[in-house]
Amino acid sequence: MIRIKIDTEKCKGCGLCIKYCPKGLIVESKKLNKRGVYPAEFVRGKDECTGCKSCAIMCPEAAIEIIDDEKSNDKK
Amino acid sequence: MKKIFKKSPLLLDPVTHYCPGCGHGIVHRLVCEVIEELNITEKVLAIAPVGCAVLAYDYWDFDTTEAAHGRPLAVATGIKRMRPDLIVFTYQGDGDLAAIGTAETVHAANRGEDLTCIFVNNGVYGMTGGQMAPTTLLGQRTTTCKSGRDKKRDGYPLKISEMLAVLDGVCYIERTAVNKPKNVILTKKAIKRAFVNQIEGKGFSMVEIISQCPTYWALTPEEAVDKIENEIIKETPLGVIKDV
Ligand code: SF4
Ligand code: SF4
Ligand code: SF4
Repeated sequence: MIRIKIDTEKCKGCGLCIKYCPKGLIVESKKLNKRGVYPAEFVRGKDECTGCKSCAIMCPEAAIEIIDDEKSNDKK
Repeated sequence: MKKIFKKSPLLLDPVTHYCPGCGHGIVHRLVCEVIEELNITEKVLAIAPVGCAVLAYDYWDFDTTEAAHGRPLAVATGIKRMRPDLIVFTYQGDGDLAAIGTAETVHAANRGEDLTCIFVNNGVYGMTGGQMAPTTLLGQRTTTCKSGRDKKRDGYPLKISEMLAVLDGVCYIERTAVNKPKNVILTKKAIKRAFVNQIEGKGFSMVEIISQCPTYWALTPEEAVDKIENEIIKETPLGVIKDV
């Protein structure tokens, strides 16, 4: 299963990842971070994360990592 | 568990001073990824501008210096001529490159200096409060042209990429944008190309990157990226302007 990990303390809540996730798997969190921002949050939806990277490519804070739990890390 | 996307180690950890949604953060990351992929970290030397990106050296883990406002390409010329073994690039905004530094920009390009220029164009002076820039589009509102840029009063937007393209010393100019994933991918390709040209000693290369400034466009980040898509790139089309 592929999922994303958002560094919520780095996130500035710009919403670009939310806008560009084709599966609608990212929403604004209801919990403020330390800097007073409602960060982005990864949620489960009807569809699964495809690992398309759109969210990470658009994040101006480089706050998003994409992780494939099934594959192992041996290559890289 | 495998990470299929993670931040380049060349991009340092501090939270940037950029506003939410600002395109600078995306371009900073792309530059780091390209330098990492080309394996030139130890040879690269960046020159930061004056403008919103003035603190770029706080975010990059490679050698970076700073130039007086508008002068990165003059400083880059000196460094590259003394140390031709280095890969030297400037990172400049439109105020730096196309206003106060126009002379330095034109002459470095015309001399065909073997340099890479990353030109981040948001059509406004971000650092000083959102004033009109030479690149502000007709009708675009800024803090010094509140009813929009007027061609009679303010003149026309400066098409600096098209201007530089006619110079013989210039080998490559491409205009890209960072408003949506596809354009970010193309921007990275163009940045890589501009670095490879320097490695191959081809002359002056520049990538003009249309970048969102939500703060001084008085828009949300979402609206700002849509403005690029629906308005700005209709006026200033993306694509290769020169490639020899
Ligand atoms: S990788 Fe693609 S599908 Fe997965 S969360 Fe990011 S944008 Fe959505
Ligand atoms: S793109 Fe990055 S900074 Fe913007 S909301 Fe998403 S995670 Fe936060
Ligand atoms: S003022 Fe504009 S260009 Fe400067 S950091 Fe803010 S959004 Fe970015």
